[in-house]
Amino acid sequence: MSKIEINNVYKIFGNNPKSVLPMVKDGATKEEVLEKTGHTVGLDNVSLKIEEGETFVCMGLSGSGKSTLIRHLNRLIDPTDGDILIEGTNVMSLNTESLIDFRRHKMSMVFQRFGLFPHKTVIQNVGYGLEMQGKTDDERNKTAMEKIEAVGLTGFENQYPNQLSGGMQQRVGLARALATNTDIMLMDEAFSALDPLIRSDMQKQLIDLQSELKKTIVFITHDLDESLRLGDHIGILNAGKLVQVGTPVDIIMNPADDYVEAFVKDVNRAKVIKAKIIMKPSNESNNVNKDNLVKVQEDQFIEEFLPQVVCTNANCEVVDKKGNTKGYITNKELQKSLTKS
Amino acid sequence: MKEPFGALSLINKANCMELLKKNKKIFFNIGLLLVFVWLLITSYSQSKRKPDNIGELLNDFSWLGGKWPKWLDLPLMKWINIGFKALNEKYGYIFEAINNFLLYILMLVKNFLIQAPWPLVILGVVVLTYFASGRKVGTTVFVGFCTFFIGFLHPIFWQKAIETTAIMLIGIFLCVIAGIPLGIAMARSARTRNIILPVLDLMQTIPSFCYLIPGIMLFGLGAVPAIIATFIYAVPPLVRLTDLGIRLVDKEVIEAADAFGANKKQKLLGVQLPLALPNIMQGVNQCTMMALAMVVIASMIGTRGLGDEVLLGLQQLNVGRAAEAGIAIVLLAIVLDRITQSYGETLQERTTPAKKEKK
Repeated sequence: MSKIEINNVYKIFGNNPKSVLPMVKDGATKEEVLEKTGHTVGLDNVSLKIEEGETFVCMGLSGSGKSTLIRHLNRLIDPTDGDILIEGTNVMSLNTESLIDFRRHKMSMVFQRFGLFPHKTVIQNVGYGLEMQGKTDDERNKTAMEKIEAVGLTGFENQYPNQLSGGMQQRVGLARALATNTDIMLMDEAFSALDPLIRSDMQKQLIDLQSELKKTIVFITHDLDESLRLGDHIGILNAGKLVQVGTPVDIIMNPADDYVEAFVKDVNRAKVIKAKIIMKPSNESNNVNKDNLVKVQEDQFIEEFLPQVVCTNANCEVVDKKGNTKGYITNKELQKSLTKS
Repeated sequence: MKEPFGALSLINKANCMELLKKNKKIFFNIGLLLVFVWLLITSYSQSKRKPDNIGELLNDFSWLGGKWPKWLDLPLMKWINIGFKALNEKYGYIFEAINNFLLYILMLVKNFLIQAPWPLVILGVVVLTYFASGRKVGTTVFVGFCTFFIGFLHPIFWQKAIETTAIMLIGIFLCVIAGIPLGIAMARSARTRNIILPVLDLMQTIPSFCYLIPGIMLFGLGAVPAIIATFIYAVPPLVRLTDLGIRLVDKEVIEAADAFGANKKQKLLGVQLPLALPNIMQGVNQCTMMALAMVVIASMIGTRGLGDEVLLGLQQLNVGRAAEAGIAIVLLAIVLDRITQSYGETLQERTTPAKKEKK
């Protein structure tokens, strides 16, 4: 069973979404629907599965429906049609009370513009989810302090959000989401409002935290580099339709359509592709020249060993963590992987 | 034979409901049209100046030109008079009870403030300002002097100002306990807003004498109709600003509260109201200013207070006296404005996202 399962979800914005649904189901495009009925199609037959412990990145340009999609998961927005299953429970079947309970214990969320409570101090903000869970003050403050420490904001706990910089505010947002200790974390363009240096810093922090916590993270972004860096799987949305789901390498090596291709065109492949992806397995590499070899870990990115290869004009021997040879990379493979189609 | 017929009627019924739902707006408009026709018919049949025969209207079209025909007259005046009289006769005891209750509270407040030594009252105002303004010394000293000058202008003004303030305080209190919940209700549902907004428009546009005078008939001369008039005149801005304040709270902050599982009450008390408070305080401030304006006007229906002095000065053509009383009113306005305004500002500083200087 997948952690999160979305089945044939449609979302139409407008006065009478139900009436437009058949038209959308018959395959009318977003523009046609808007022109004929004045309704906006937010999501058009989206189905996907997200496994436990993975980081799923949902990517698309603004207006492609990614923020709408993430809000369906905790029902900040109700779908026009379709099912959303979280750990096998259909969230559409929940009544108000169980929905509130579900939001308190199953999911937490990080927002693009932080969504912090300006009238609460940092520690009160971080403890908000725990307050909703009904934890005592002591317990709440203790957990909140731990999380504040985890995101590196010790000493700021009694400040108000408007006294902090953007990056620090988003750390508070992150700590608030971590504090409730939910399995699933929703991050809606969490780092988009930050400047590039701080953004990359926060991405690293998230990767570090995730390697410890193993949460199921649904991350929304419009930044391809960010999605390649964070995502185990990436889903690409275009005009409410999910056009491709796959691993970062899938997306780069085999873009499903022109839209995805345009997206990945400018990406620095050497930064994203790992040695094990492009190597020739040992059993197929009998004719590889093994006189001059560079040892490469299978999880290294191309950019990490490329300079060495260029300098020595050598072939690469790809090894796993124990040092066993897994395969070889010659100039031919390197060239193929780095050439833009 | 029976079965297919039953099924048919069921379908018809379902169809009817569907038809009703789909054309809700049309049916509503047809309803309005029917009301209009009914008004035409009743006003025509009740009119004393109508022609003997309705046929005359169809033969002779002179009524379409020139003056408004005399028989085309809605007898609203008559209806209101009848209604008002019935209200007064049948439910007079309710108004009397309200009257007695408000008068009792008014006397409590007034007597307390009048019997207290005047330096103590000034001190009280100063202390209140000091804390409300977030310990701003300048504002506090300014307000202290303004308060002092009210009595300094003319000894009798001190007592008059207290009478005015007492009426205002009760009026504002009523505004707050009715206005804020109304504002919250409006912010929560568009339908409620659509119902309340025209009422607020009515309250703000109808000339104040239209309810001052009937107020006298219901409550008698004096302070109570002034309190009621104050309420009607001053509550709309508070309701509007409460509504606006709550709706202006950052959508993402509300989403955050939702996402972490806040229920309606937690969201309202923990997030929406605290964040709307600067706006609500602005509403209270507006409410206070309008209440003061109304209390002055209400002196014309015999309410005692500073407005009374202005009226007296004008009646005696004593411009100096009227001006003096006018200045006292302005001073009172400044005092009340500074106290409520600065409280709102103190709140606002914390909740606006503007960045402060860092250490």
